[in-house]
Amino acid sequence: MVALLHEVSGPAPHWDRTPRAWRLTVLLVLALAVMSAASLAVGAAGTSPWAVLADIMAGREVALADRVVLFEIRLPRLAMGALVGAALAVSGAVMQGLFRNPLADPGLVGVSAGAGLGAISAIVLGGLLPAGIAGALGYHLVPVAAFAGGWATTLVLYGIATRRGQTSVATMLLGGIALGALAGALSGILVYMADDAQLRDLTFWGLGSLAGATWTKLAAAAPLMILALVAAPMLGRGLNGLSLGEAAAAHVGIPVQRLKTVAILTVAGATGAAVAVSGGIGFVGIVVPHLLRLATGPDHRPLLVNAALLGAALLIGADMIARSLIAPAELPIGIVTAILGGPVFLWILLRRRGLLGF
Amino acid sequence: MLEATDITVRLGRREILTGVDFRAQPGQITAIVGPNGSGKTTLLRALTGELSHDGRIRLNHHDPASLRPWVLAGLRGVLPQATPMAFPFTAAEVVRLGLMGGIEAAEPDLVPKALARVGLAGFEPRPYQELSGGEQQRVQLARVLAQVWHPTAHGQPRWLFLDEPVSALDIGHQLQVMRIVRDFADAGGGIVAVMHDLNLTAMFADSVALMAGGRLMEQGPPATVLRDDLLSRAYLCPLRVNALPVNGPYLLPQASGPIAAE
Repeated sequence: MVALLHEVSGPAPHWDRTPRAWRLTVLLVLALAVMSAASLAVGAAGTSPWAVLADIMAGREVALADRVVLFEIRLPRLAMGALVGAALAVSGAVMQGLFRNPLADPGLVGVSAGAGLGAISAIVLGGLLPAGIAGALGYHLVPVAAFAGGWATTLVLYGIATRRGQTSVATMLLGGIALGALAGALSGILVYMADDAQLRDLTFWGLGSLAGATWTKLAAAAPLMILALVAAPMLGRGLNGLSLGEAAAAHVGIPVQRLKTVAILTVAGATGAAVAVSGGIGFVGIVVPHLLRLATGPDHRPLLVNAALLGAALLIGADMIARSLIAPAELPIGIVTAILGGPVFLWILLRRRGLLGF
Repeated sequence: MLEATDITVRLGRREILTGVDFRAQPGQITAIVGPNGSGKTTLLRALTGELSHDGRIRLNHHDPASLRPWVLAGLRGVLPQATPMAFPFTAAEVVRLGLMGGIEAAEPDLVPKALARVGLAGFEPRPYQELSGGEQQRVQLARVLAQVWHPTAHGQPRWLFLDEPVSALDIGHQLQVMRIVRDFADAGGGIVAVMHDLNLTAMFADSVALMAGGRLMEQGPPATVLRDDLLSRAYLCPLRVNALPVNGPYLLPQASGPIAAE
């Protein structure tokens, strides 16, 4: 595709970083493929995907244990990791473009705080639900409550910040802080009420994990994340214009209000779904877009595509570390992303302030 | 043709623009002048559709509010006073943002051409955020010029709305930018510019709209608007306009009497 673009438009001028960014896309696809293959091969059980593949090709019977490990555990987990990583990274990039702030993340629209409150409510108060509802939702109670909490918070915030068809991004930012504090306080009350077993559940949910990935969960959460991944690249042009400011973006022909609405709903849906199935996984949304901007510039058209690919590859990688470092036990993946992401984020900050001298 | 009739703008309960009638012709530079806080920029922002307002605006016989954003963007470009960029774009990438909607999108060499036009040839790969204020302003002008590169399209004039286009510039670049603007008008385009410098206004404008206290005091050719009595009343200080035999009116602050003379 890159070669095709080249032929149509002639050689790119030397100042144009965008073709370089699209070349990076090709590399990232390869990286994601390698990461995925590695992720299928690594695990507590000694199953080799290559042996299984060879068996299938040769028409031999695959051992039941291998089949379960590969197709019911590792494959849905791989797909979940890829989708969640891509959704978080793309959501981060969209939020940063929307708020015109390279340090923004999906938490700014209240998704994370609301989802957290939803999850904690489900864990602590779930036992009080009528048996019918609790039984129907079963293990899905926590993710469903988390998604509902995140989505509801964003809608309330969007309503607060929108007057006469105009959404004020500044009001949204401040309202998000207020709602976040409120959700935090309510969560605090619930934590105070929780018993020891519930506290343990809470802690693990907050640290994030892909361990519960099943095809059923994936089927429920994937559509929203896939929708966001498909919609986001179409926002690229508009977000580029928005970097001039809202008024100037409108003057260059961007339908600004529509852009804001689509961006906010996309992010709320994708992040809500991601947080619901995987808990609190931090730093992917900030670090991934930032690294890409450093590498190939801030053009959002390639940035949103590349963020999805790099986010997926990184989260799959982090999950491999989480699974294998203390195997057969697992680290929560949120710990891994924070341990890797924290220093990277710090490095970005220091670099921005010129403290590293380059 | 730009016709604005009875434009009133309110911010909260305060009326900051009252019943302004404003005209601008293609092929001309129309300057909006007046003291600080007189409503110059507010009028410009109402004309570009950025502020909601009462009254009627017709740009080439269209109501700008009824046009799709990208259609309007092909009809006119708008240069704000200053434009901070959120991300580390290069000068060329900023100029390219002007090419998104317009009919010029298919002209790939327009980015270097527009930068060269504002005297910034070779600035393409320079990070915008590291440029000086004056250079940033000229990069933004290049972006707006690229958006409406051809002063007419489909037999219709295109328009540039400029908010203090030269206030961040040294005298050489002030003249350069005003000549670019003059050329655009001479080629059939329309210019509406908020101006602080009355001498540059006298030198380049074909029509001057003098604002004071949120109202339009007078609009007409420079010689009829840049008069001692009108300017003194608008700026609330005694001012004396002088005239060169060939080039029309000019002002020197030194030539005005003591402020107490009012």
